[in-house]
Amino acid sequence: MTQLDFILQQIVNAVSLGSLYALAAVGLSIVFGVLKLTNFAHGDVMMVGAFGVALLAGIGVPFPVAVICGIAAAAVTGFLIERIAYRPIRDAPDVARLLTSLAVTYIIENVGILVFTSSPRNFPLPDILNTSWEVSNGAITFTSINLLTIALTFVSLLLLGWFITRTTTGLGMRAAAEDMSAAQLVGLNVNRLIVVAFIVASAYAGLAGILWAAQAGVVQPQMGFTPLLKAFVAAIIGGFGSIAGALVGGYILGALEIFIVAFLPSAVSSYRDAIVFAVLIAFLLVRPGGLLQPNREIKL
Amino acid sequence: MSREARITLLVLVALVAGAAVAFGAPHVLSDYFVRIILLIALNAILVLALSLSNGFTGVFSLGHVGFIGAGAYISGILSIPVQQKMALLPHLPAFLHAFSLPFLPATLVAGLLTALLAVVVGYPLMRLSGYFVSVATMGFLIIVNVVLINASDFTRGARTFTGVPLETTLPWVMGWLAITLFVLARLVYSPFGRAMKAVRDDTIAASAVGIGVLRTRLIAFVTGAFFSGVGGSLYAHYLGSFSPNTFYFALTMSLITMLVLGGMGSLTGAVVGVVCVSLLSEVLRTVERGLTIGDFAVPALFGASQIVLGFIFILVMIFRPKGIMGDRELTFGLTQGSATVNQTEERKR
Repeated sequence: MTQLDFILQQIVNAVSLGSLYALAAVGLSIVFGVLKLTNFAHGDVMMVGAFGVALLAGIGVPFPVAVICGIAAAAVTGFLIERIAYRPIRDAPDVARLLTSLAVTYIIENVGILVFTSSPRNFPLPDILNTSWEVSNGAITFTSINLLTIALTFVSLLLLGWFITRTTTGLGMRAAAEDMSAAQLVGLNVNRLIVVAFIVASAYAGLAGILWAAQAGVVQPQMGFTPLLKAFVAAIIGGFGSIAGALVGGYILGALEIFIVAFLPSAVSSYRDAIVFAVLIAFLLVRPGGLLQPNREIKL
Repeated sequence: MSREARITLLVLVALVAGAAVAFGAPHVLSDYFVRIILLIALNAILVLALSLSNGFTGVFSLGHVGFIGAGAYISGILSIPVQQKMALLPHLPAFLHAFSLPFLPATLVAGLLTALLAVVVGYPLMRLSGYFVSVATMGFLIIVNVVLINASDFTRGARTFTGVPLETTLPWVMGWLAITLFVLARLVYSPFGRAMKAVRDDTIAASAVGIGVLRTRLIAFVTGAFFSGVGGSLYAHYLGSFSPNTFYFALTMSLITMLVLGGMGSLTGAVVGVVCVSLLSEVLRTVERGLTIGDFAVPALFGASQIVLGFIFILVMIFRPKGIMGDRELTFGLTQGSATVNQTEERKR
């Protein structure tokens, strides 16, 4: 195995992991863009999507149908969260809304534990997605699910790009993100736009959750926690609230994590998450708008 | 009597009552109730430490549990008996093997080292505000967790840290609670306390009248961290064995629930929140285990108590965002007539 193969393998890993993070971060950014709300419950919506697929595929529903139902279940969950928890406190201070979303996280997670117990279950991935591929005489390997993650990320983000630049609703969402009251003044139904934003974001969360569970091979009620934190870091690195930022941040975070593990001594690389969150703090301090929005102001 | 003197008097009354409870309760009440009172007092210390920055200075920290964890581990490492240290933590630096501190000095050292950590962390972070500081302090909590798991020479890694002598008794906790309440009451109801509230309510106006925003926030943060470290030490000596995940998001969530429910701008409110949430979750936990009412058997519902607490939290956020007490203090009439009380009375109408 040559040096070049090793590096190429790490790049493949980084792109695959980065796609997953980008996909998870996109939904977080859509909600933050429109509502200026840090939706901690995003990770649990991912969990709902993954559990939906695990249950349906477990009782014999064809896998693609199960995936679509899982995404739909996630979207419905997002819709309900917005209606029940976030709408009544839309005008409350930032911190109150942050705390409410923490409480929502707590509720969904414990409902998950109540219904499914906290022990992990197998994620029923069809064999066709479990095959692995070898390039350069086995020096570079990846699985079909890696490829599928990358492909789905690109396709779904192209779709999102089309949605927010070409459809009336998408343009309305961008207008509401820019200035909510001005959007209301020109006659946009802001309530409806927020609902749409939540449904779209939660559908992305569902997809990300399914892919996350497929790569991990297991589902459990607490599984939303780690991807949420990672998506969060990705979104902040790229610029919170910007969809392109979520994409850039996701890939940077994926690359950072893979390269820390691949190229640093193991005594340092076991501190990977600490390094990642130190980077997060550095970004908040030096460039709170992220890489793509360097000019956003920050108040002392 | 001046307002400050009245508050001091009030705290002294509370102190005497606390002492009576601390020394009387074990003779009168069952072990179960003594344990509940002890946990309430312990949580009160932790929540009060949190209220200083989150409530009074407006810097909403999600990272104080990191300080509690640091305090617990520091105090634990210092106070494990010498003969056990070799077996439990063989890779400790030699000078730490040589001695073991009694409870009180270990707690003080834990508090001071935690405060030092807070200076280092707070100096950059206290420049942030609003949701940025929440996110950054949450990052700090995660970093502490990763360090606790990986610095296995000191902490036994993700395995249970054990062997800490069980020395936390009700008088100890009540004593520390009295000290915490006293220091915080003196701090909050003083010119510095008004500076803290000014920083919270309007940062720009506060700096315009010459209040050092960073300095004020940092002092509140570090003082809170000191008592978090002390509380962590008490917690460590109460549990005896714990792991890095003892001091992570679950504890953060429950402390914040207590603080927000009680009222963030009030010391007694924080205590009221602790008492309400503790009693409520004790009741819910009983229900969770399953119970029988007449012929009707309720099965065990694990996680149910957390769901109920979560819903209560959301309802409070929607209908009473300032918590049970808001900015008011529970004074039992002792400070009646003071400016703050009148103002809040008017605001209520």
